[in-house]
Parts: sequence; C-alpha cells; structure tokens
Amino acid sequence: MSGRSILKRIDWLSVFIYFALVLIGWINIYSSTFTDDQSSIFDIGTRYGKQLFFIGVSLVSIVIIMALEVNFYERFSSLFYLISMVSLLGLFVFGKTIAGATSWYDLGFFNLQPSELAKVATALALAKYLSDIQTDIKRRKDQLYALLIILVPAILIIPQPDPGSALVFFALIFVIFREGLPLYYLAIILSVILVFIMTLKFGTVWLIIGLALLIILLYALKRKTLKIPVIPLSLISIAIILFSLSVNFVFNNVFEQRHRDRFGLWLRLEKDPKKLEQIRKSIGYNTYQSEKAIESGGFFGKGFLEGTRTKGDFVPEQDTDYIFSTVGEEWGFLGTATVIILFSVLFLRLISLAERQKNAFARMYGYGVISILLIHYFINIGMVIGILPTIGIPLPFFSYGGSGLLFFTILLFIFLRLDTNRLKESF
Amino acid sequence: MRKILLSLIIVVIAITFLGRLSYLQIFSFSAEQVLEDPAIKAIYDYPERGYIYDRNGHLLVGNDPAYDVMVIPREVKPLDTLEFCGLLGIDKEKFVKKLKKARVYSPRLPSVLVPQLSKQDYAKLQEKMRKYKGFYIQKRSLRYYDTPSAANVLGYISEVNEGDLAVNKYYVQGELKGRTGVERYYEDLLRGRKGVQYIQKDRFNRDIGPYKNGELDTLPEQGKQISITIDKTLQEYGELLMNGKRGGIVAIEPATGEILSMISGPTYDPALLVGRERSKNYTKLYNDTIANPTWDRSIHAQQPPGSPFKTLNALIALQEGVLDVNTTIQCYHGFYVGKKKRGCHCGGGLRNLNKGISQSCNAYFAGAFRKIYEKFETTDEGMDVWEKHMRSFGLGDYLGYDLPFGQKGRIPSKEYYDKWYGDNRWSSSYIISNSIGQGEILATPVQLANMTAAIANRGHYFTPHILKKIEGKDITEPKFTEAKHTTIDPKHFEPVVQGMADVYVSGTARWLQIPGIEVAGKTGTAENFTKIDGVRTQLTDHSVFVAFAPVDDPKIAIAVYIENGYFGSRYAGHIATLMIEKYLKGEITLKTLEKRMLEKTLEAEYAKPYSGEEFKINERVW
Repeated sequence: MSGRSILKRIDWLSVFIYFALVLIGWINIYSSTFTDDQSSIFDIGTRYGKQLFFIGVSLVSIVIIMALEVNFYERFSSLFYLISMVSLLGLFVFGKTIAGATSWYDLGFFNLQPSELAKVATALALAKYLSDIQTDIKRRKDQLYALLIILVPAILIIPQPDPGSALVFFALIFVIFREGLPLYYLAIILSVILVFIMTLKFGTVWLIIGLALLIILLYALKRKTLKIPVIPLSLISIAIILFSLSVNFVFNNVFEQRHRDRFGLWLRLEKDPKKLEQIRKSIGYNTYQSEKAIESGGFFGKGFLEGTRTKGDFVPEQDTDYIFSTVGEEWGFLGTATVIILFSVLFLRLISLAERQKNAFARMYGYGVISILLIHYFINIGMVIGILPTIGIPLPFFSYGGSGLLFFTILLFIFLRLDTNRLKESF
Repeated sequence: MRKILLSLIIVVIAITFLGRLSYLQIFSFSAEQVLEDPAIKAIYDYPERGYIYDRNGHLLVGNDPAYDVMVIPREVKPLDTLEFCGLLGIDKEKFVKKLKKARVYSPRLPSVLVPQLSKQDYAKLQEKMRKYKGFYIQKRSLRYYDTPSAANVLGYISEVNEGDLAVNKYYVQGELKGRTGVERYYEDLLRGRKGVQYIQKDRFNRDIGPYKNGELDTLPEQGKQISITIDKTLQEYGELLMNGKRGGIVAIEPATGEILSMISGPTYDPALLVGRERSKNYTKLYNDTIANPTWDRSIHAQQPPGSPFKTLNALIALQEGVLDVNTTIQCYHGFYVGKKKRGCHCGGGLRNLNKGISQSCNAYFAGAFRKIYEKFETTDEGMDVWEKHMRSFGLGDYLGYDLPFGQKGRIPSKEYYDKWYGDNRWSSSYIISNSIGQGEILATPVQLANMTAAIANRGHYFTPHILKKIEGKDITEPKFTEAKHTTIDPKHFEPVVQGMADVYVSGTARWLQIPGIEVAGKTGTAENFTKIDGVRTQLTDHSVFVAFAPVDDPKIAIAVYIENGYFGSRYAGHIATLMIEKYLKGEITLKTLEKRMLEKTLEAEYAKPYSGEEFKINERVW
C-alpha cells in the first residue's frame, strides 16, 4: 500500500480533532507554566517547551505507525504485552520514584512511564485474544482469561502506588461486553457501585426504605400477566441489604482516613460549615481551588494568560491532572464546552469507525482505545469539576507529560492505521 | 443494545459535564469574584488628608507623621531583646506577648508591634533598626490640631466599621473616615482618593508581578486643602467664655451666611481623639451622659427660644397690618388668659412696639399675637399664615447647612394642635405662649443665629455654612450664595431693629453697652422643666440672647443659649456682647464683663437636679 492511499483513507475527522485537542492542551500548559521572564516557546528548560518537544516526538511516532505494515500490530501484540509486563515488573527494581510513586524509568533526558505503554499493549493483547477463532466469550474459562489479561497489569501497577492508572484497565471490560459478555455482569457492577454510594450518602436505613418503595412500585405497576419472581427478588433484596451493611463496616474499619476523607468530600457528607472550611484547606484544597478557578472564568473566560488563579499557582498539578481548570478559568464556559464537545465527537466517531471494521481484531482494538480514552476523560474532568472523587489520572492529549502524550498518540493512531485497511477482512 | 451502550454513555457523560460546568460558570459566576480572588492583592497608596484652615488662613487641622514599629514574625532573627525593648520603651514581657500575638495573627504578614512612636523615640530607633531583622518602621499620618477648640465643628476621624464597608465600597478595613463635623461632611474633599496597585500573588502570597500589567492601577489623588468660615480667634475666645457652662453659641456673618463660630459647651480638646490614648479618651467622653461633651448643642439642642422670638411676632403683626408702631397695649404687670394671669417683668403701663421689644413686655406680645389671629375668621387660617411667616425665617425645619443635620426645631402647625387637642378644639388662647417664645416652639442655637441674621439683613438670609474655600477658591454653590427672602416686607424691619437697638440703650441689656459700637439685641429667659424621679420639676431658666452689630452695617449676628443661666442679659447677654466686641474690635474693653464670664461657672446649678435634695431655682448670683 502506498503512502498516498493511506493519506486518502485515514479518517481525517479523528486526526483533526486529535490535533485540535493537542494544540488546545499545549496552549493551556503554556499558560499554566508561563512566567514573564521566559521567552522562547522552544526553550526545552520550560515545561511548555518540553511538551512541544514531545508533540514533535508524537508526530514522528505517527509517521512510523502509518509506515509500518498493518498486520505488524496484531502479529506482535503478545510480544508487546509481554514486554510491557516485564517493564512493569522491572519498576520494582529499577524504578525511579517521583512524588511517592515508583512509576518511571529514568532515561536521562526524560522519564518513561511503562504503565502508559501497558495500556496500549493490553488493548492490543485483549483484542488479539478475543478475536482469536478459538475464543468463545460465552465460556466462563475464556471470560476468565480475558479478565486476566486486564488484571495482570492492574495488579502490577497498584503497588507503585498508582491506583488511578490501575483503574483504567478495568475500562477494557467494555470491550468484552461489546463482544458478548452477558450484560447482567454490568448490571451487577453498576448495582454494587450504586448501593455503595447510596449507603455512604444516605445510610442503610434510607436504602432499605428506598428498596421497599421500589418493590411496592413494582407490584403496583405490574401487568396481570406478569409473574413476579418472588424468591429471586427477595434474595436480591437481602443481598443488597447485607452488602450495604458490609459497606458501612468496610468504610469505617478497613478504609484509611484519607480514603474516608475523599469519599466524604465527594459525596458532600460534611455539612458543618466550620469543618467544611477545614476540609477546603486540607483534603479538599485541590478540588475547591479547581472549582473556584473554573467558576471564576464565567461564560467568556478571563482570556489567554489572564487567569489569575492559574498564574498564582493556586490549583496544584495544574499543568498535569488539573489542566482542565486552566481551560475553565481562561476560556470560560465557551472553552470547556468546546473541549467536551470535541472529546464527545471524537469518541462517537471512533465508535462508528470501530463498528465499520470488517476485521474483528481491529474492531475490538478500537473499542479498547475508546474505553481507555473515555475513562481518562470521564474521571479526570469529573474530578476537576468536582463531581468525582480525587483520582489522579491525566486528561488524554492535554496533560503535561511525555509518556502520556506519546502513548495516547500511539494508542489512537494504531487504530487509525488499522482503519485505513478496514475493507480487508484479514491482513 | 450492546452497540449503542457506549454511545449512550458518552452522551450522558457529556450532558452531565456540560450541566455541571454551566452551573459553575454561568449560574454561580458573579463578576464580584474578582475582588475575592486570592490571587489579586490590592496595594493602596494613601494621599495625605487635606489641611483645614480658618477664614483668615490660620491653620486649624494638619497632619503629623507617626511611626509604627511593624513586625513580620517569620523574618525575625534572634536579637538583643533587652536593648530593643529599651529603644521601644516597653518591657520585655510585653514585647514577647506582642510578638506572640503577631505570630498568631500571621507569621507572614506584618503586624503592628508598637503603634505611634513619638518623634524622639523614632529618631533614636531609626539608626539601629537595621540590626533587627523582621522589624521595620512604617510611617503613618495622624491628624494634628493647631487649636484646642472647635472639636464639635471639626469632628474627628476613626477607622471604618462593618457598617461603613457595607454602605460604601470605596473603603477597606483599617481605613480612616470622618465621623462628625467638617471631617465627616467634607470627607470626600479632605480624603482625596487612594491610589491602588493590583499585584498578582501566588498561593504562597508572594508577589509575582503586576496584575494585567498595571492596566487597572491608579495614582492617588491628593486630599484638598479647605478653609472654613470659622474665625479661629473668636472660636477660641468663645470657648474660653463658656468655661463651666452648658449651651451653644453660633455667630454668623449676615452678609454671607458664613458661620464665624460655633461653640458647644462643654467641649473637649480635639487632640484627645488622636493617637494612642484615643479609645480611652473617647470612651470617657462618650460615657459622660450628663455633661455630654460629644453632643453638639449648637445644632442639636432644641429648646424654647424665649423672648428673642418676640421680634418675629412683631414683624408678623406689622406685615399683617394688625398693628402699627404706635399701637399701644396695656400691661397689667402681666396679661390674662381667660381668668388666669400670666406675669410680666417689664414694669407695666401702656406699651408700644419699641417699648414692647426693649422692655420685653409679655403682655404687649400676647396682645399682638391675639390680633394676628383675630384678623382671620378661623384660628386655622391665622395659624397657617403665622406658620408660613415663621418658617420663612428657617425655623421648624433643617436649615440645610453643610454640617451634620442637627435638629429641626419646631414651629407648630394647625395639624399639630388638632392632634393634640382635637380638631377645632383649640383657639389662640391655647397657644398664647407661642407669642413669647415658650409653649410648643423649639429652636436650636444655629436657627436663632440665622433668624437674627435675617433681621440684621432686614428680610433675607443666606443658608448658614461652614465651607469657605476649596484649595484657595471661594465656594460658588448657589445653595449658600443665593439669598433666601423672608415673607416680611423689608420696610417693617426698621422699627423692630430700632427696638432691638434700644435693648442696649434703655432696655433689658442696657448695662452691656459696648463703647463705640451700636448693637441690636434681644434678651430671653426660657422656662424649662426636667423629670426628677418621674416628677416634672422646673429648673432655673435658660439664659438666651440674640444680637447683631453694628446696627447699620451688620458684620456679626449671634445667638447664645446658656442652660440654666437665668436672665438673658446675664450669661448669654455677657457672652454675646463680649464676642461681638472681640470680633469687631479685636480686643476687649469690657474687662469687668470678661472677668465675670471667665470666673463664673454654672457647675453648682447643674449639680442641683442630681443632688437628690430640694433646691431653689432662679437664685440671684450677682
């Protein structure tokens, strides 16, 4: 296949959105780290200069990805997976510790974060396994294998400690769902999360009352022909109540105080204004400052380089995890809405690309890409605007960080490369 | 279902995010947040407060530098505490306590360690200040008073409180604001406008450069120098005469309405409300609820004006044509209201207008007053006409001077009596006391002075005011420079003025004559009551006096009101006469009168109601 036909077949909408996000991201990193005495944007000593360098590296990686044979990725996916798992293991010996987490290899000019590589490798490996002709996702054994592919990197990453990155891998379960994992798994997971939140927020008593009301409603609305399965329903109810009680126990006895604080903050459990003030200055400082910065942007924003809270460094980690608050302060609602629409359009576009793949591996990998990007986007922005608890993971294409940008780019463009070949069933 | 699940999730997330963001950025957003922004710090540059001069260019109020020793606890290095305390003039214990307090307030921000060092201490300390890290001297400016008098006119300044901050956005915590008098009324002129510099701060409160490159910064605007109409010499002299007496004095230049002096007794030295002892002194003054030194009697004390009011009733009677200068009324050492006799001190006999005024005949004015009402078919009509004339002299309402409002006094209207007695249930005999300035009438000293100025001008007055010049330029405000005309024809004033002049020649104040100056005056003796243990008790009469001089070219009109001073010609008459001489001649020839006023006090009189014992009123004192 010639280079020209790749340019013809590549999905330009996705590429355009990718570049738009990277550009907007860089502008905001520039603003977050800008100080008056620095001049050149290419100054590698500055954060924005470094990020610009990695944008260049990413562009090179795009060219390489496009140039490689399309079946290269499927063929070597197991090897990539193996390499990435080894690199995660190697961290326990050779890892460099930054801010308390041993997540990096020191390569001299830059720090490589192997968990970023593992995201790409795991997505590839999962797609490869699921698309294998011998795999049947309806089988328990195969479900377990698929889950194992996801769990291994997650388990290796947790002790770094980097629970945020570990969480990301669970998003790949969506790929398995798309390929036929029964939906009641999802229903169970969602119910567990829901009961967990409800218990913390309202308490077990109210949960039971709510449950009772729901059952009454069910009886009231039921059609005559429909038989209510009384025994399973009561079993489920009992399970929910027991789980709710255990949540209380786990929350109060197993969780550490900082976890309790985070959940308390998220679910707005504290009502006493004095303690709230205390929380704002301690555990809730990041969230409070970030919300305030976004709020102060108003509809139109304060303008490029005019964000006073950004300039004053009031929001911690503003060029990495909290980069979205810079968008909020300097570009206002117009800016934040634009970013969210861009991301949403990209995701929807990628889904339609995945669905049009004739090749199962490409489709499944596509879903892997979407799942990984989506969970980053959801958790990161959710945290920055104060509707999710504080979980430190970067915003794809936006946050400062070489490994992040490079591997998100690789993750996306491998899929776009596969997509250029979509008309062929096999490679 | 499986295929659209993920798309659905994406849309739901997008809607959730946009909802939350619009809540934050559109609904919660308010423009005022900029002021609360912790990243922007306003640094103010305060201009010097304007100086206040008297009408002749003598300084009344200026500024004095004061030096505060400041400390930033975090930057303090170990030091020779003993030596430093010696320089500061405080003991070590206090030093340690203050330092601890400052640290509790903020280790990073400056706190005042020792406020307002004297110049001498400052000189000693300044050389050695380098040795003490974390301490520095901050210069401030304090009000300096070049006179011990006029506290009620000048007013004082103090720190703004929560209320001020809520009302006026200009002020920020810790700033000073005029509280009373000129300082308050001309706050905007005197204060100037502070300059502001917005500094961008980081979360450690460190400066990281100007906000928006200083686009919003402003330069300070200097406070204006103003001259007020007060004559410093006259004011100080008046306060000297008020020694031990309570009451108010107001002197006005009739040709302009300028207030030459405005005295309230007892008063206090304005310097008491400046500096380290300020709050202690203020509490002391404020808590003296008996003598009430912070209450400006010249504008707040509304009292029955007594006999000076007769001059106005004479003018109204002439204007309404109910009598002429030759009309006589019989005085039976008093007059009858129904069957009840009211007394008169004038000596009795047939009284005409001139004698009525100069001898202060109650019977004559009761008669004249009755004639005014008899001219009209109903008392209501008479009342309306009478009230209209009275109000044209600036009585019964706020005068509109450029000082705190004061009180508006009272000129009763028909509605007032209807409410009191019932509709049409009253007649002129009910209100006959008004003829001699008793009854329901109330006026403040400044109103009496203004009324006198209107008589001196033969029919018009200028709204009394205190501001003369701003930065050397005369004021041009029409409110103060345009004459207000009374409803009395100017031709009727001459006989009344003649009567007042005769007060000094052959009347109730004949022993107060000033050699070489023709003065027109009117004495007044006002009955007054108080409640002692719930019982209405009469106190010694108030001594009232109004005067202007010279008669043909009035330069000064004055009203003096001395509480419980008995006859008008005593305390009030003495003081008015002495002040006129002082103002017109610049020196005092009436040494006997002056000596008497400087020596005699009314402390004993004021102590009577609080003695708890029976007491006599209206005792002869000399």
